[in-house]
Amino acid sequence: MISVCFYFQVHQPVRLDQRYSFFDIGHRHVYRDDAANREILLKVAEKCYLPANRLMLDLIERHKGRFRISYAVSGVVLEQYQEFSPEVLASFRRLADTGCVEFIGETYYHSLAFLFSRDEFRRQVKMHARALEELFGAKPKTFRNTELIYNNDLAHEVEKMGYKVVLAEGADQVLGWRSPNFIYQPAGCTKLKALLKNYRLSDDIAFRFSDRNWSEWPISVERYASWLHSVAGSGEVINLFMDYETIGEHQWKDTGIFEFFDKLPDRILDHGDYAFETPAEAASRLDPMAQIDVPYFTSWADLERDVSAWLGNPMQDQAAELAYALEEKVLATHDDDMIATWREMLTSDHFYYMCTKWFSDGDVHKYFNPYETPHQAFITYMNALNDLGLRIDARNTASD
Amino acid sequence: MRVLMFGWEFPPFISGGLGTACLGLTKGLAQHGTDILFVLPRLDSDEEGRHLTLMGANRVRASVGLRQIRELRERVSVLEVLSPLRPYLTEKEYQAVVEEHEQLHTEDIIRQLESDFSGGYGENLMAEIVRYSFVGAHVAQTEEFDVIHSHDWMTAPAGIEAKRVSGKPLVVHAHALEFDRSGEHVNQQVYDLERAGFEAADRIIAVSHFTKDTIVKRYSIDSGKISVVHNAVSQERRLGQIRMEKAFHEKLVLFLGRITFQKGPDYFVEAAAKVLKKNPNVRFAMAGSGDMFPRMVERMAELRMADKFHFLGFVRGRDVERIYAMSDLYVMPSVSEPFGITPLEAMVYDVPSIVSKQSGVAEILDDAVKVDFWDVDRLAAEILDLLDNEERRLKLVESGRETLRKVQWELAAEKVLGVYRELAGRMT
Repeated sequence: MISVCFYFQVHQPVRLDQRYSFFDIGHRHVYRDDAANREILLKVAEKCYLPANRLMLDLIERHKGRFRISYAVSGVVLEQYQEFSPEVLASFRRLADTGCVEFIGETYYHSLAFLFSRDEFRRQVKMHARALEELFGAKPKTFRNTELIYNNDLAHEVEKMGYKVVLAEGADQVLGWRSPNFIYQPAGCTKLKALLKNYRLSDDIAFRFSDRNWSEWPISVERYASWLHSVAGSGEVINLFMDYETIGEHQWKDTGIFEFFDKLPDRILDHGDYAFETPAEAASRLDPMAQIDVPYFTSWADLERDVSAWLGNPMQDQAAELAYALEEKVLATHDDDMIATWREMLTSDHFYYMCTKWFSDGDVHKYFNPYETPHQAFITYMNALNDLGLRIDARNTASD
Repeated sequence: MRVLMFGWEFPPFISGGLGTACLGLTKGLAQHGTDILFVLPRLDSDEEGRHLTLMGANRVRASVGLRQIRELRERVSVLEVLSPLRPYLTEKEYQAVVEEHEQLHTEDIIRQLESDFSGGYGENLMAEIVRYSFVGAHVAQTEEFDVIHSHDWMTAPAGIEAKRVSGKPLVVHAHALEFDRSGEHVNQQVYDLERAGFEAADRIIAVSHFTKDTIVKRYSIDSGKISVVHNAVSQERRLGQIRMEKAFHEKLVLFLGRITFQKGPDYFVEAAAKVLKKNPNVRFAMAGSGDMFPRMVERMAELRMADKFHFLGFVRGRDVERIYAMSDLYVMPSVSEPFGITPLEAMVYDVPSIVSKQSGVAEILDDAVKVDFWDVDRLAAEILDLLDNEERRLKLVESGRETLRKVQWELAAEKVLGVYRELAGRMT
């Protein structure tokens, strides 16, 4: 049997108020742009999350348990929908109730904590696991780090935390000639299994679906299913990982993306050897084919498939260093609001907005960037962070 | 005394110090009873113009008939320096504009003047300058005045044409030169226009000896023809005498100006890093925008100062006052500064300055700390000492107050009036 593993990423950062200026430091302590966040989250809910969840629920019901999928929903997006539109959370809960959906663990704040602080990483992972259990009634067994940022150390850490499966990018620099369509065991791990994203087949949907310059455009469900079917005999699992916003937001409704997903399960199941499984199900059924040894960080971002979308230029490095340097001091305040505000500043998107790598991935970066320039993103971020730093110091001095 | 004055900027629409200087000077002249007809390329409604008559070339154009245009065309020979000009462009931007407007001819400009009476303010500054010079000639024919006074090279053609049709004496006021803006990479067309103005002038007013020397050396102008009149500063404080409270305990060192080659922002950033290595209890603020802005932000981050170094972007109005009033020390590290008004503005807020020796304002600041713009080590050492040595800092604040008593537009205007009288007397 060859299983198809869908995993959809659901995440929206808490965007900062771009009007926050130097003159606000010390005077105004709200950094988030609530109006913009509400507007964006309601828009994405309307274009993607709500209709896509309806479609998935319908597919699950129609296929009577044979259609199975997984989601990673960040803590920050859960919190925001709690506030702006609880209806979205309810629709995810209905999906959870079907028993055909797995919810995957990650860092609550969709952060780069693993690269800067193991303690903070573990705290955010536990926070997220608790939130999933509360909302959807199950502890996560599968882990995916922010934007599939991965290396041997991460796998090791995650194994220690009790996870059974970890997701990673099937990057060329990791796999070489090998296929992403098998289960692997991370180097140094004895129980943890790794599922690697088949980036060609994933990106055919996520990035190329509506690209008129793509030689396969417009792609039919039949043709796409035939590509999956051609794996038969040379693979055991096909990992299709993508942002959930692919459905309806990155690929608009009028591209036919909803119809595509509506027909896809039937066409895939036309082949008798094919089935849908969640990552945890596939991993418990299959044994690792080989070891993967990933000493350097990989991710699913940009052509480089490394961490250069978030770190590497001086603005990103400096901002992240200063943000994580506050860890000890902010925790010492024991002020939950302040700690939460600090953690919101750790969300990886803030550093993504400061990226100056405008080469082949410039378009993608621009699409996701609310700021006019990466420098503006950095300045807004630093103004907010500098105010937070002052507040933390003031609080700690007052309680000394 | 009635003066026909040509200027390209007037508050509140300022992009450099030119507009501020024009406002201050005309106010000073008005205090001496001088009548001024000030012609701007465009006049909207809220310019601060109660002390003089403001005229917008855009409105003049609307009232000029076709017949008059044809007449003017007979009488006026527009300078054939068909260069695309904009006051504060970088070399690269110049190039783009040059390519776009290579095919400009006088004929086209006349046609445009005939068809464009709506007062539209085109992208192409060169065409505007030439059209503006037509308006200058027209005004010179219809108005009564004793002297023509034009500010900087954008209005030089208008001044030249006004002189040609009226026979009145021309004063050309040099606020900034192409060499200040572009170093050795001057735009030849801008240079030619500046030089044409200087040659046609009966008298040149330079804002500093620094500028006068450049005019003599680089434009081959007889030094006897050039008078130096230093700028002054408006001393009105809308915020009153209060210091702004800072959100942090560190002392604040300010840079305020365009973030361009001319202003030396890179020396400020490098000096800040050296200061912070010795004394982490300092903060720096850089206010302004310009083509070097991204590079400065990245360099600052590279030097790992982002918790101590703040970028404000372009500040205007009340925010300018706020940032001065928050600062403890002002630094103007200009590479080449014909005058440089900001240290005087800082003084109004009791903020002492370190200025580069390559600035005109240094000539009137006997007590200010002066360093070569390139001497980052020295600049850092002076910043450290002034922040450390409060006695020395307060002495500078005191001598700044002293300076302000002498640096007043009314006094500068007196010197300009002297020039007018001499020229008007010579003519009669």
